[in-house]
Amino acid sequence: MTWRRLALPLGLWLLALSACLAVVVQTRFVADLSAFMPKMPNQRQQLLVEQLRDGVIARLIMIGIEGGDAPERARLSIALAQKLRTHPAFVGVQNGDASTQERDRAYFFEHRYLLSPAVTPQRFSDTGMRQAIGASIDALTGNAGLLLKQLLPRDPTGETLQLLGQFTGNSQPRSLEGAWASRDGQRALLLAQTRIDGSDTEAQAHAIETIRQSFQQLEGRSAATRLLLSGTSVFSVSARATIEREVSRLATMSLVLVVSLLLLVYRSARLLALGLLPVASGALVGVAAVSLGFGHVHGLTLGFGTTLIGEAVDYSIYLFMQRAGGDNPGAFWRTIRLGVLTSIAGFAALLYSGFPGLSQLGLYSISGLVAAALVTRFVLPLLMPQNLALRDLTHIGIALDRLVAGARRLRWLIAVMLIAAGATVALHAGHIWNRQLSALSPISKAEAKLDMELRGDLGAPDMRYMASFTAPDQERALQGAEQAAAVLQELVHSQVLGGFNSPAFVLPSLALQRARQAAIPEPAQARLALQQALRELPIKPERLAGFLADLQATQARPALTRADLDGTSAALLVDSLLVKRDKDYLVLMPLRSSGVGRGGDLIDVAQVTAALNAKGLSKVTVIDILEETTAVFDSYLHEALLLSGLGCLAIIVLLLLAFRSVPRMLRVVTPLACAVLCVTAALLAAGVQLTILHLVGLLLVVAVGTNYALFFDVGAQPRGQADRCQTLTSLMVANLTTVGSFGVLGFSKVPVLSAIGTTVGPGALLALVFSAILASTPSHGNDR
Amino acid sequence: MTKPNSTGSTTRRLLTGVLLTLAAGASCASEWNVTELMRVLALTKEGRASFVEKKYIGIVDKPLVSSGELAFTAPDRLEKRTVKPTPEALLLDGDSLVIEQADKRRLTVRLQEHPEVAAFVESIRGTLAGDRLALEKVFALELSGSMEKWQLVLTPTQARMSRLISRIRIGGTQGEVKAISFEQADGDRSEMAITKVLAK
Repeated sequence: MTWRRLALPLGLWLLALSACLAVVVQTRFVADLSAFMPKMPNQRQQLLVEQLRDGVIARLIMIGIEGGDAPERARLSIALAQKLRTHPAFVGVQNGDASTQERDRAYFFEHRYLLSPAVTPQRFSDTGMRQAIGASIDALTGNAGLLLKQLLPRDPTGETLQLLGQFTGNSQPRSLEGAWASRDGQRALLLAQTRIDGSDTEAQAHAIETIRQSFQQLEGRSAATRLLLSGTSVFSVSARATIEREVSRLATMSLVLVVSLLLLVYRSARLLALGLLPVASGALVGVAAVSLGFGHVHGLTLGFGTTLIGEAVDYSIYLFMQRAGGDNPGAFWRTIRLGVLTSIAGFAALLYSGFPGLSQLGLYSISGLVAAALVTRFVLPLLMPQNLALRDLTHIGIALDRLVAGARRLRWLIAVMLIAAGATVALHAGHIWNRQLSALSPISKAEAKLDMELRGDLGAPDMRYMASFTAPDQERALQGAEQAAAVLQELVHSQVLGGFNSPAFVLPSLALQRARQAAIPEPAQARLALQQALRELPIKPERLAGFLADLQATQARPALTRADLDGTSAALLVDSLLVKRDKDYLVLMPLRSSGVGRGGDLIDVAQVTAALNAKGLSKVTVIDILEETTAVFDSYLHEALLLSGLGCLAIIVLLLLAFRSVPRMLRVVTPLACAVLCVTAALLAAGVQLTILHLVGLLLVVAVGTNYALFFDVGAQPRGQADRCQTLTSLMVANLTTVGSFGVLGFSKVPVLSAIGTTVGPGALLALVFSAILASTPSHGNDR
Repeated sequence: MTKPNSTGSTTRRLLTGVLLTLAAGASCASEWNVTELMRVLALTKEGRASFVEKKYIGIVDKPLVSSGELAFTAPDRLEKRTVKPTPEALLLDGDSLVIEQADKRRLTVRLQEHPEVAAFVESIRGTLAGDRLALEKVFALELSGSMEKWQLVLTPTQARMSRLISRIRIGGTQGEVKAISFEQADGDRSEMAITKVLAK
């Protein structure tokens, strides 16, 4: 072998590797929940989900304090809030403390004539005032009279109550010892809003750490008290930590497993290193390809790197153990090429998936496998020693050969297993697939439960039903919210809705504020109208001087802006529901169900949409987010099923083209189909509902399994027993590495990884066993 | 209205009289004290009455009158149903206070979270139940008059309560509460006259 012959492939290989390395070094690795968020087909819904993910909702951290007694919890809550408010990482912290409540009260009372929905020119005519003041006096006779009378001198028309009425049904957390508490009173509650976007996981991790440390350092804190945190960003950070930990742990474990197995067989560090070259090259190329194709690489894609170890290492195993096909290298490389092609055909289907995680995985696998195969074909033969000193596994090969010969008598067993598997699948028909998106999310049940408890206690809306629209500027956004609110208010009256929220409740549009200011009469006219109104009422006009003064002050003041809300809890409301974006404003109006009658916790989305359309508000989209995501996830599952079907079809076509023989194609395909069916049945029987990732696993079984079936098919050619034994031994070693590396994945705590592991591990084993059983006897092989 | 215990309470009153006479024989004069009032009040386990409430509020020139029904079930359930001028219901049960307004809107208040409201409510409930301990937690008690016509004055002992209410006067005959008046710190007051609903 001359240097010239070595130089070209090696040079190209090293060049490609350095190029990939250059890409990988600059790659952004993400580990948030984005891979679990399907892209929405409808652009507006896509925007909405992004807002739920990246908007203010994702910037909220719910904090609970447990243990100790109620006074201590409240004291810690107030101290923690004070500390966090001064920290730059947080825009605001709420815990129902007296000072915020006082600011809220002041805001609503001081600006009541700009905020009250009842303010119209009619309201301040003599009849309007007589009616409103008369109603206020009637209200004084009621049980709340002693409290309401404090409002009467300055707010005789009852505007404060009018504007607060808009929020009816928006539950507030209960208050205990001067701070928010859970319903059972066993936790103090706080709500923190971070300054940085929720999508910046690093910054969120820092904010969460700040909360933990601040709590640890609180003075006089008894050891019995504990801190609880939840929220979208807490999930993201915890998911990232889990994924990072799992990925490195699993990669290490499967690497150790594969390395020890190969050392056992090769008995040579050099061969081992050579054997891992295709794997390393494949992983590098895969990551670089995904980085170039998607702009970033998700941590989970790296997790699947272990799966690549499982398949890519097979090529070098076949190469070393079959000595490149012995005296028939052409047939050997043809088989490898066909194996690679079938795998690519399988994975290519994933490329077209709308599910971001799957398309990354598809690209990663295809590019990685191609690279690994090329390195095995063109680089390894140049570097491997002329004389391989492998451990002598002839006796194992002979034993395997006998086993395979005997296994052919077990074909009836496959028939039995197929019937059992078919029956199991048929029994589960209709609920084979898990339609919940949450089945894929790495959030543990305990975390999800805590989140629900804190959310419920904080009275945070579940955000399931939402009316939303976009507007070019803040003014038009608020005006749109006011128009929609008029329609929604009617639906509340007719009990179609229980209530809704709007940013315009606390910050009306400039137009509406000006209209309300214009509704206030001139001082002399107002005084006259009041005198007329009070003629038949038991209040003397001079006692209401404060009212007249407040009216004139309102008329003279500049309109309210977002800055006027600073320090109140209403600021958070506006920030969450009126979202400023690069080019426009997004308005979110959460809807609450009426809770009346059967299905009272559901909202008839079609009816709400129709009511809005009837008033020409077709730009407002009303969606049931739960239904929407389930439906979208469902459509992706169907899409994945279709794509996998197409992938399998492509594999069949490929085999037909290569063999030009239907029986040979069937001989390769049948064991794989049997393996897929049996694994599916076993998972179902174990009570697992299949997710989209199990489907990917089954696709991997087919991809890896074709190699086995192909070699058995090659093994069917009339060849010497020694060759056959070598092939069998290499298949066994390859299978062990695959089962080992995927088996490790099966133990992962991340549902996505464990789904693939539990599918591929057993599936690969079954594919090999079935291929062996179904392989035709050597003497009757039909070569072409 | 059927009142199963109306004959019972008559018997009880007779019995009380006998016991008192006996007790008077043992030690004289100062037998009518808070302990005795509480004991007598506690004998009533259930009762219904109609009320007329007049609120004297400074800014309003004439008293505001409302009327309705009261129902009490020992130890801690009290219902105040206003009929005129605006229907409204107030239901106090244990720690929860539910206010149901004319438009069917319900407001639930947990007394534990609102100590001022709790003290206010406890003055009536504690008196009806004859629960001296509950009353003395927040008020100083002062009894005057005779068993036939007594008056109990509750004065808040806690600052945050006395900022709102300066005094509560409760008047009655034996185990029956006839009048409750609240005097607010700002000079406003409300007077409630209670008439027992007789058995039909």
